[in-house]
Amino acid sequence: MTGRRRLGPDDGPDRLYTVTGGRSRPATDAFDVVTLIVAESAPVPGMQSEHARILRLAEHPIAVVELSAELELPVSVIKILLGDLLEAGRITARHPRFAPRTNRLPDVDTLKQVLHGLQRL
Amino acid sequence: MDSNGSDAPGAFGTAGAPGAAGVPGTAVLEAARPARTPLRSTTDNAWKIVVVGGFGVGKTTLVGAVSEIRPLTTEEVMTKAGVGVDDPSAVADKRSTTVAFDFGRITLSAESVLYLFGAPGQERFWFLWDRLFSGALGAVVLVDPRRLEDSFYAIDRLEHHGMPFVVARNNFEPPRHTLEQVREALDLSPEVPLLDCDARAKESGKQVLITLVRHLTELAAAQYGSADADGENLS
Repeated sequence: MTGRRRLGPDDGPDRLYTVTGGRSRPATDAFDVVTLIVAESAPVPGMQSEHARILRLAEHPIAVVELSAELELPVSVIKILLGDLLEAGRITARHPRFAPRTNRLPDVDTLKQVLHGLQRL
Repeated sequence: MDSNGSDAPGAFGTAGAPGAAGVPGTAVLEAARPARTPLRSTTDNAWKIVVVGGFGVGKTTLVGAVSEIRPLTTEEVMTKAGVGVDDPSAVADKRSTTVAFDFGRITLSAESVLYLFGAPGQERFWFLWDRLFSGALGAVVLVDPRRLEDSFYAIDRLEHHGMPFVVARNNFEPPRHTLEQVREALDLSPEVPLLDCDARAKESGKQVLITLVRHLTELAAAQYGSADADGENLS
């Protein structure tokens, strides 16, 4: 089932291990897949290239999942990298307002705003 | 590429195999739309809706029809043993497996944006749910009328998760059954909206999403006791 993948020497577990410095667990649980990331500073020389790419992409708000697609790294790896940047104060995170742990729905007014947005599509 | 069934393959690589934890490239379905259109700087809230269905049913096609960006593909890494268990040590672990999924985006207003995820409905996919799709507003189950059984599992799981959903029949050919027959075959409860769609058509995809959000509005009104639940007034 891997036929469509672009295989190369840089891919595979070793690359992911290198990118994250061997870490497998984000320092923070702060990121949802649609948390919007905004850069608070420009990349600086010597910065890890993935960190620098994230900062450039996050000049405008960008969701975690878009960073994952752009950098071609799994979501969980992106979250580790974002944890670094958040800790260093180089990004801010705009969390989804609706992230229920239970089966609660957003309120009717909020849903109507979503509906209006879709109707303009 | 089949224009109505161009789902990204459900890439389930085994990271233990050489190179298999690599990342799929972005799915390029249409050259016309830019891959990267930045969100407005005022955007501060994102919603999720998940489109779930069997392989080749047209999930990516539907996402692409309504998305303002070309559908992108990315992946998450999970441990094989960890079905239902959140184990972040999956990264760079030889027991890990990758699950590919697609997504698109719709800007709803100056402040809010909706992300649409296309995700395979098979059993092996569902351990993604807690990690990636919790907090989704709801789901669209896209069904191929020729293979209704492909969606049984997804419908069961959505009910189990208490995730509101609608069912959209993607008609690859003139339908041979009524929607009532489909409802019966899927054992859908009467309150679950069921509609026809053409996943290739933007307007049709839009109606599917609107039907879902109207359904959510009705559920929310029932839950919160709002007297103003009439989504019909909003069209």
